[in-house]
Amino acid sequence: MAEAAVRYLRDGRLEGEHAPALAVEGSLQCCPLAEGAMLHVAAGLASQIAAGKAQARGLVIVAFDRSPEVYLNFMRRRGLDSNVLDRWILDCYSDPLGWKQKIHSQCHQDNSGTQFSTSKENINVFRSVKDVNKLMCSSIELGGGFKGEGKRYFSIAVDSISSLLRHASVPSVSGLLSNLRSNDQVSSIVWLIHPDLHEPKVSRAVECLSTMVACVEPSLVDPVQGESPGNISFLEQNYSKGKFVVRLKRRNGRVKHLYEDLQVEGNDVKFVSAPSVSTEVNQSLLPKVQFNLELSEKERSDRANVVLPFEHQGNGEPIHIYDGRRSLPEAQRDPNFMPDLVNEIKASKSGPAKGEIHYIRDSDDEQPDSDEDPDDDLDI
Amino acid sequence: MEEYGGGDLLNEAMGSGARVVVVEDCVEAPASFVLHLLLKRALAGGGAAAFLSLAQPFSHYDRVLRKMGCNLSLHRKGERLHFFELQAFPGGAREGAIANSFVRLYSEIQRVVEGNRTGENASQFTIIIDDVSLLEVAARGSVNDVLDFLHYCVTLTSEMQNCLLVILIHEDIYAGEENMGLLLHLRYIADLVIKAAPLSTGFAADVHGQLSVVNKGMLSEQRPKAQKVWNFHFKVKENGADFFYPGSRH
Repeated sequence: MAEAAVRYLRDGRLEGEHAPALAVEGSLQCCPLAEGAMLHVAAGLASQIAAGKAQARGLVIVAFDRSPEVYLNFMRRRGLDSNVLDRWILDCYSDPLGWKQKIHSQCHQDNSGTQFSTSKENINVFRSVKDVNKLMCSSIELGGGFKGEGKRYFSIAVDSISSLLRHASVPSVSGLLSNLRSNDQVSSIVWLIHPDLHEPKVSRAVECLSTMVACVEPSLVDPVQGESPGNISFLEQNYSKGKFVVRLKRRNGRVKHLYEDLQVEGNDVKFVSAPSVSTEVNQSLLPKVQFNLELSEKERSDRANVVLPFEHQGNGEPIHIYDGRRSLPEAQRDPNFMPDLVNEIKASKSGPAKGEIHYIRDSDDEQPDSDEDPDDDLDI
Repeated sequence: MEEYGGGDLLNEAMGSGARVVVVEDCVEAPASFVLHLLLKRALAGGGAAAFLSLAQPFSHYDRVLRKMGCNLSLHRKGERLHFFELQAFPGGAREGAIANSFVRLYSEIQRVVEGNRTGENASQFTIIIDDVSLLEVAARGSVNDVLDFLHYCVTLTSEMQNCLLVILIHEDIYAGEENMGLLLHLRYIADLVIKAAPLSTGFAADVHGQLSVVNKGMLSEQRPKAQKVWNFHFKVKENGADFFYPGSRH
């Protein structure tokens, strides 16, 4: 649920806790979708910030993989111009290692050691990506510059951590993310990572630093060849549609899963809610055997018509217990028969209106085992 | 019609929006003909090109392109073609020597790209690297240095209008490695991947292989609804190449 992810980020850090962090993961098979999802979440967070509904006052985008124009254009298409939204782009794309500056100074024989070039449209060119400490300081410096009353919170989006991992070691990148999360001014962080570019332990280490993980998965996987990136037969499908699987770890330790479908529409991505969770889970849990384990429509309606125990039949008659195995009168005559729910008969016959059982049927709509938090939709 | 010897299918599949093109090939189906076609297309269209060659000397390309109707020597003299012969790529065991060599190489490329920009019309500028597997060898296996250099070349394509980067990589070298190293990184960077592979049925006289063109459809593209994955057969000729769908040849 992309909107749930955006709300999670906009609510920011709670008192006494570190900033929430969302990791968006996507492999090569659906990388345009993963990048689109990342841009969508960042833009969603940005619009919440612009509307004043977020804890943060502004957004800092640390851009490695794409030119700043890509973010500016995307934001502009969503109606987020610079006069509406307070944001800074830390441009680690144009000159990450300072080569251009070196060439420029060699040509022009001047020794201007300025770290940042003239910033138009709030874009700051950063030229030493190998120095993670400097990167962190620059991000915090930019974030501290947003206008606003009260605590000057800001959010950070990093695109992508995979590129940063090329320039810096895993411990230093982990340190950067931890330090950003624990920094007082950081409200929330979101980053994009491509797990197939790194060893599994590296992507796991970075994932541990997040509090919410959103995986963009291909909608079609070739069962024969598995996930070999060279396989093009499903690419056309996988580049336009995918699954968005979100794993959120709550404060009490429970992990919640959310699913959504994701598709490319023109220059943008669109999220479509997936079929209900339990259906998906059921479909994947059913073993592939030769007999039918699913219910047909008639069987489903018959099941719905079964009278449940403890249900009030509404016509003044005493409640009959139906255990589903034998017809009711037989059961009552059989002395050996002890249905599970025979207590109620005894209870209603014995005391005068004592020991009644009131049964309220669970809502029909709610799927079993769903632990959806009804407060999630609140948009105060 | 095959005006530039390129065949409509390849042109159609490539479209116009892509900025970074990665060409993958293998021993059974070499794709250097794709580079030749793209070079000819770049020069014939009135644009300029920078060719980084590690595989062959200039005379080889001159001979090949001449048969295709394109005079490389003339273009080189007229400063429309900038040919970098990199078989003796300077590198050393000294720390940072390789990175410095790449900085120097990049500065040369940036200079010629900017030099081409001084004209009024922003004509197409194509940078072709043949090939990046040899570049990795020249960099003594330092994938990070190669990727840094390629990243800077990619920034040229986004900063300058009409700048195209074409990189050739031999996919079969990396097929066995876990992680796939450079190949996977390139597939991420690419807007368009052209992959040459042999036919599954084996060698044939009329068909030299099949070409898959995958357009990743990045979000900044202008034609979002277009077909993203193409697959067709090719036959390499002296003066170019033919592209056709399977079964459409007699």
